[in-house]
Order: sequence, then C-alpha cells, then structure tokens
Amino acid sequence: MNRLLRFLALAAVLQVAACGKPDFSDAEKKTIAALALNALPALKPDATNRFADVPAAAALGSTLFFDQGMSHDGNVSCSTCHKIDRQFQDDLPQAIGVGRTNRRSMPLAGVARNPWFFWDGRRDSLWAQALTPLENPLEQAGNRAAFAHYIQKRFGARYERIFGPLPDLSAVPANASPLGNEAEQAAWKAMTAAQMDDVNRVFANIGKAIAAFERSIEPAQTRFDRFAIDLASGAKPKADDAFSPEEMLGLKLFIGKANCVTCHNGPRFTDNSFHNTGVPPVKDLPLDRGRFDAVAQVEADPFNCFGAFRDGDAGACGELRFMVKDAPELMRAYKTPSLRGAATRPPYMHAGQFSSLEEVVAHYSAAPAAVEGTSEVHPLQLSDRERAALVAFLKTLSD
Amino acid sequence: MASLWRYLLAGLGLAALLAGILAIVYLTAPQSAPGPDISRSKKTANGLFVASFQPERGVIKQGELQSWLLTLKTVKGDPVEGAAISVSGGMPQHNHGLPTSPQATDYLGEGRYRIEGLKFTMSGVWQLRFAISAAAGSDTVVFNVVL
Ligand SMILES: [Cu+2]
Repeated sequence: MNRLLRFLALAAVLQVAACGKPDFSDAEKKTIAALALNALPALKPDATNRFADVPAAAALGSTLFFDQGMSHDGNVSCSTCHKIDRQFQDDLPQAIGVGRTNRRSMPLAGVARNPWFFWDGRRDSLWAQALTPLENPLEQAGNRAAFAHYIQKRFGARYERIFGPLPDLSAVPANASPLGNEAEQAAWKAMTAAQMDDVNRVFANIGKAIAAFERSIEPAQTRFDRFAIDLASGAKPKADDAFSPEEMLGLKLFIGKANCVTCHNGPRFTDNSFHNTGVPPVKDLPLDRGRFDAVAQVEADPFNCFGAFRDGDAGACGELRFMVKDAPELMRAYKTPSLRGAATRPPYMHAGQFSSLEEVVAHYSAAPAAVEGTSEVHPLQLSDRERAALVAFLKTLSD
Repeated sequence: MASLWRYLLAGLGLAALLAGILAIVYLTAPQSAPGPDISRSKKTANGLFVASFQPERGVIKQGELQSWLLTLKTVKGDPVEGAAISVSGGMPQHNHGLPTSPQATDYLGEGRYRIEGLKFTMSGVWQLRFAISAAAGSDTVVFNVVL
C-alpha cells in the first residue's frame, strides 16, 4: 500500500511538471494566433478622406494635434488628453479639457481601424471625430468660424498647399458656430449659406489633417505577440518571452472559461462593437446611456459619411447605412476597448469606474446587473488564483 | 530487484484500471449534442419556398461588413421574384442581436437577392432569420452561420 501511494505521488509530480509547458489544443492555438499582432492586416485607405495618406496633411495634422492655440482659452490641445508619452491618454477617470468631461480619454493606438469613435460611437470617421472636441465646451471649447480664421492666420500657406485656396473669410464673424453659445449661434444664423459652407469645409479639412496624422499611431509588439509567434512556429521562446505558469493559465482562461475573447477578439482585442456589461454609472455625472443616445447624434452630424464633406462615394458608408438604430441592447452599451497596453493605463471603463485590473476582473467575474438595460455578462465565479492569472496575462499585453 | 517488479506490476494494474474507467466513462457519456444545422439551402418554415444563403464573395471574414446572396425558388424550382425580405437575428448563446441591420438591397435576377450589411463580430453560432413575402405568400427561414 505504501508503494502504491509512492507511485501515485510520483504520477502527481509528473502531472504538475507538465503544467509549466505550453499545452494548448489546436482550437486554442488558432484563437491565440488570431490575437497576435502579426495577424493585423495593413491599414486600409480611408475613401472618405482623400488626404488620409498625404504626408503634408499628416504633418499639418500633427502640428494642430499638439497646438494649444486650437482651443478657446489657448491652453488645450488634442494632446492635453491624448498625451504622446502616455499611450495618447491622460490617466484620469474623466478627461479634463477647458472643463471636466464625463468620459475617460481613449488611447489612440490603432484608432484609424475603428468603425466608430468615442466610447459610444457617436462619430463614424476619424476626421469627424477630431472635430467634435474642438467645439465641445468642456474640451477645446472653440467654434468653427474662429478655427477657420486661426488656420488662415497661422497656417494659411501650409493649408493651401494641401487643400487648395482658402475661401474669403473677411466677412465671416470672428466667432460663430451652430453648436456654440447663444451669441455664436446667432452669428452663425446670420451668415450666408455660402459662408457656412466655406467655414464647414475648412473645419472638415482640419479634421482630415488631424486624422491623417493619427493614422500613424499603431499598436506595438508585446511579449504576448512574441509568445504567440513562438507558439505558432513551435520555436522555443527566448528567456524573457516565455510565459510563466500563471500567465499561461491566464491566457487559457481568457480564451476559454472566462469568455473574455468573445468580445476582446482579433489582434486589437476588440470586436469594435458596443455592449452593456453592467458597469455602474459614476455618481454626480450627467445621465449617460451610451450607444442608445449616440445613434441619433451620429445621424445628425453634418460631417458624417452621408454628409457633404465626405470624399469619394457613399459606398464607404456601410457602417452608417446598416447601423442598428433601435434595439434594447443599445441601452448603456459602450465600445469594447482594446486591451493592448491596458495594464499600464488605469483607471478603466468609460468613466474610469475601476482603478485596477483586479477590480475589472472582479467585476466581470461577479457580473452585477446593469442599472438600466441588460448586462450581457454572466457570473463566472472565478477563484482568487484564476482572477490573478487573468491579470498576469493582461500584463503581457503591455510588456 | 523484486521490488522493481512489484512497482511495474502495480503500475500496469493501475494503468489497466484507469483505461477501464475511462472506457466506461467514454462509452456511457451521452453523445455530444448535435451541432446547429448549418446547411446553406433549405425549405422555408411552411414549405412555401426553397431558400439558399451564400456569402457573395465565397468567404466569411469576421468583423467586416459583407454581402450575402439569398436565392429564393418555389418548390418546383422557379425563381421567386419581387419578394419583400426582412432580416433579423443574433447569437442565441450570447443572448444578443445582430451588430448591424442587414437589408435586402438589390434583386439580381433568377430569384437572387443581395443581402448587404452583414457583420459577424464574434466566433460562435449566428442565427439569421429571413421573413419573406411574395406572390405565393409569406414565410420565414432561419440559417445558422458558424464562425
Ligand atoms: Cu456574441
């Protein structure tokens, strides 16, 4: 009997030793390969922005992105919240521009690959997105007439080399916008249709230049990607790239029992879609119903794909044309964020609700009901060890 | 020496026992549930039409807008023309609807209708339900697409 016990102990030891090695089924290997960065296709041209791949447009866009003159008070630029040395985000629960907003700044790696922009997808192109903070009173707080004058004054020659002659702005008021304060709206209404079109066109081109710059911001290779390449080729990972047993377990859970990969799929770890996952609202912030309210906003945006400022034909407008407009699941649905680099940029969720990855994983494990709408997440009852393993795996997407 | 033999015998015995248990478990386990019906051609629910559903460019790409062709024939094999088609669906296992609103956008002749705006954003079983209304009457058909 004693020997039998010793035999069983030996078998158990062998079993445990085997756990340290990558041991993935063919289906798991396929899923892992689909998550690796080398599965990311080349960036497609943007038919709605004919300046998207014009280097001079990207250069002007880069200047504008970092220019604090592109704000009402002269203190805020795109880069105020999208900080170049912080993955183009700001580490704050809610972004602070001219005022405090109600949403978390999003990082920009791979942003040009999105079909929808902002947490709720209220814009349908990168250039239309770039215009929105410029006029948001809590972000850059400017107005489009002032931006057109500013471009003429500061960057007139550069602008004209890219986009052609600037319109005659001499009779355009210094401050005017259909979205501005009362005085700006009144000034806008007093303009001729031709003046409105002139200003809108300069404004749209500002967005197209900034978008051209942002197209260059792409995700970088991580330890996970090197691990995935080695796993696919059967090569022995280099010392630093090998996964620990805990990271291995985390990856297995991520693509298996924990169902993370359901939404966080593909090389950007996102399905580019919107989901209610029961993330609680933040006290004292205005009512936020996510995708539910964004549908009407993107439809009303004059810079959307159906609008007059799109280049190319309407064939590029499929996302807007076939958008889901009314479904119960739009209530408090928010975009699936990419998880690349997430470990080093807390806090998390659309209004910075969770301050650590541990809290995020605990939320998905417990899956509380949504305050409004229905959460798509189901309770997982992950053990402490399993939750820690998921966090360990997520960190490999930042190394 | 004798003790080594005893180890081996014990080991062999244990292996045989394990194999036996595994065989019983395996043989008595219920057959895994049959997968969803993934046929691309079938009769509609009330037998009014024969519908077939194929990706227009042959391949299914996850996460990209794409168009499929829905071909409608009568049971006798004649093309169904002038049909009004509406599309709904989702992922029953995930309890959500479609991420887009696909529409029948074009009639290509010979009973073929272009269904545009389909997008499969996740792996798993997708269900697409077509409500079809034509001269012969109204009927529905459901196709499963597995990614
Ligand atoms: Cu799903």
